[in-house]
Amino acid sequence: MKAERCKTKASGVGSGPVFLAGAIAVLLVGLCGVTRAQTDCLSCHADKTLQDASGNSVGVDGDKFHSSIHGSLSCSDCHTSIKEYPHPDKLEPVKCATCHADQAKAVGGSIHDGTSPHPCTSCHGDAHAIFPKDDPKSAVYPLNIPRTCGNCHANEALAKKYGLQNVYATYMDSIHGYAVSKEGLLVAANCMSCHGSHNILSHKDPKSTVSRANVPDTCGACHGGVKEEYLSGIHGKSLAEGNTKVPVCTDCHTAHAILQPTEASFRMQSTPICGSCHKDQLATYRDTFHSQLGLLGGYVETARCWDCHGAHGILPASDPASPVNQANLIKTCGRCHADANASFVKYQPHANPHNRKLNPALYFVRLFMNLLLWSVLSFFTLHTLLWFIRAKKEESKKGPAAEEKHD
Amino acid sequence: MTEDTGTIPSEQPASAEPERFYVRFTLAQRYQHAILFTSFLGLAATGLPMRFSDNAAARAFASAVGGFGAILFFHKFCAIVLTLAFLYHLKDIATRVLVHKEKGLLWGPNSMVANWKDVKDIVGHIRWFLGLGPKPKFDRFAYWEKFDYWAVFWGMIVIGFSGYAMWFAPFFAHFLPGWALNAVLVVHGEEALLAILFIFSIHFVNTHLRPGSFPMDMVIFTGKETEEEFKKKRTLEYERLAKEGKLEARAGDKPVYWWVNFAKVIGFTAILIGLVLLVLTLIGYFGTP
Repeated sequence: MKAERCKTKASGVGSGPVFLAGAIAVLLVGLCGVTRAQTDCLSCHADKTLQDASGNSVGVDGDKFHSSIHGSLSCSDCHTSIKEYPHPDKLEPVKCATCHADQAKAVGGSIHDGTSPHPCTSCHGDAHAIFPKDDPKSAVYPLNIPRTCGNCHANEALAKKYGLQNVYATYMDSIHGYAVSKEGLLVAANCMSCHGSHNILSHKDPKSTVSRANVPDTCGACHGGVKEEYLSGIHGKSLAEGNTKVPVCTDCHTAHAILQPTEASFRMQSTPICGSCHKDQLATYRDTFHSQLGLLGGYVETARCWDCHGAHGILPASDPASPVNQANLIKTCGRCHADANASFVKYQPHANPHNRKLNPALYFVRLFMNLLLWSVLSFFTLHTLLWFIRAKKEESKKGPAAEEKHD
Repeated sequence: MTEDTGTIPSEQPASAEPERFYVRFTLAQRYQHAILFTSFLGLAATGLPMRFSDNAAARAFASAVGGFGAILFFHKFCAIVLTLAFLYHLKDIATRVLVHKEKGLLWGPNSMVANWKDVKDIVGHIRWFLGLGPKPKFDRFAYWEKFDYWAVFWGMIVIGFSGYAMWFAPFFAHFLPGWALNAVLVVHGEEALLAILFIFSIHFVNTHLRPGSFPMDMVIFTGKETEEEFKKKRTLEYERLAKEGKLEARAGDKPVYWWVNFAKVIGFTAILIGLVLLVLTLIGYFGTP
């Protein structure tokens, strides 16, 4: 009834009671002010099939809008260019920045600046059904974020257009994705946890939360203990000094797939990652039994880099706290070799048989074995070839039956 | 063994002289060779993937048979079998020398020990290859046969020792220097590579695939060879035995058909596996940077 009256008043049609006074009247007008505009507009726009000249739907679900966070606003609060009815076909785009100035500013400086059709609704969803981020109905509710970002980022064509990897599926299969999608864990890392929200920057931008220098802090926001460990290690210290070539969390764990480190696939892929910088160490490791059996698979327990050197807080061997410090070798090797003893740990896991200065004994052993191999094989290959040719000649001279015939 | 039951029919028409056979290898020796080559094939097939573990074929083979765990298990199993065969051989030699006082085993024409004649034979043989001289006459064991024997003998000691040193590294570490723990893998791998390349190419051709023996010298399977073959291949031994009147003591029965055929199947399978492994080894060796 109230609405009816208001509508009449607002449209200026008819001659209902105009003069109302007192607190009740003020309240009524206030309330009607909200609903007046909505109801006016909804008289047309409640029709879900309503389209504008270019064929876009302009229908609005009034109930849904009413329950949304913006439900108390009138249409014209956002659609400010509508001053009268009928309104023009083409309207100014809604400026969320009028109220959300900070967020708009952040988006403006982000990689998503200028996203079409609208930088806000691309993530927050239907403009007329925006809910607070802690409401499960919200497109940016933690559990809904992967799907929301996936709207664009799982899109092959889009990924190709912007030269992005399609990481949606990778993320969803990861421990983080699993925790979000299967366990409904609100604290599990979703896209936003690492990339931020309005201020998302390319990982190449040093200010990005996922730039190399910032990755430990970003992951450390949840994995605080590991971050401490990492920062105490040689890689973490070097990163703090500004060397972004050192490995950060994502180099080993990857950004989206995040494999379980005990998984075979992780153990199989990790050694070359360390080896991409530590080339000599990888080459000498490749010469060892550890590597040989590790590469064949099915025996993933075999020692990889971090089994001996540690993973997050890697220290130089000279540091007494390092697992590969001379004093700790029996314990470290003993983790696999139960009966490791002082003489056993004299084994050099990175001995180089080609380096005469560092490993003279090994160098000469290898040299001797190679000389033996090549001299024996060269002599007998030649010997056998000459013999074979000669025997063939004899055979053809005397006829095939002439040579030894037996069984 | 069963083939001993096969006998030459004694009532042969006088016109056709029956083919005479002479014993070259005892049954125990033939068994040793059979155990040697089967375990060697097993060791090579499981050792090569480890040596060339970054080769795609090696990884495919390893994952097909159950990964590294299965490979190493089979490798160790074959190693134990071969070790036992080697120990049996040593025991056999020791018994023949110490108990039966077979002095000829250590020196002379029946011995595997190299002598001056072998040196002359190498030179003479090569001269013959080049058409510079007559073909030398060989005794019971020619120099390349002795080389085969000692190569395997030395190889088993070297590969066996280095293998067990890796298997029981903490134990061996008590009396090996630190660098030796590194060296054993190099020694094991290189010596094994030599053995594989040598056996699957040189030994195969010298003993089985060369004209005169092609496609396979059956004497290691049947233990016996024809008189003609004996005379031609081991002329000096034949002449020596004939002169000493000991030829008859060495006479044996004609090997029975089924045994020969069975041995052929086994032998050709072994040669085929060996040749495949040879190709894979060469790919692994030259395909790896």
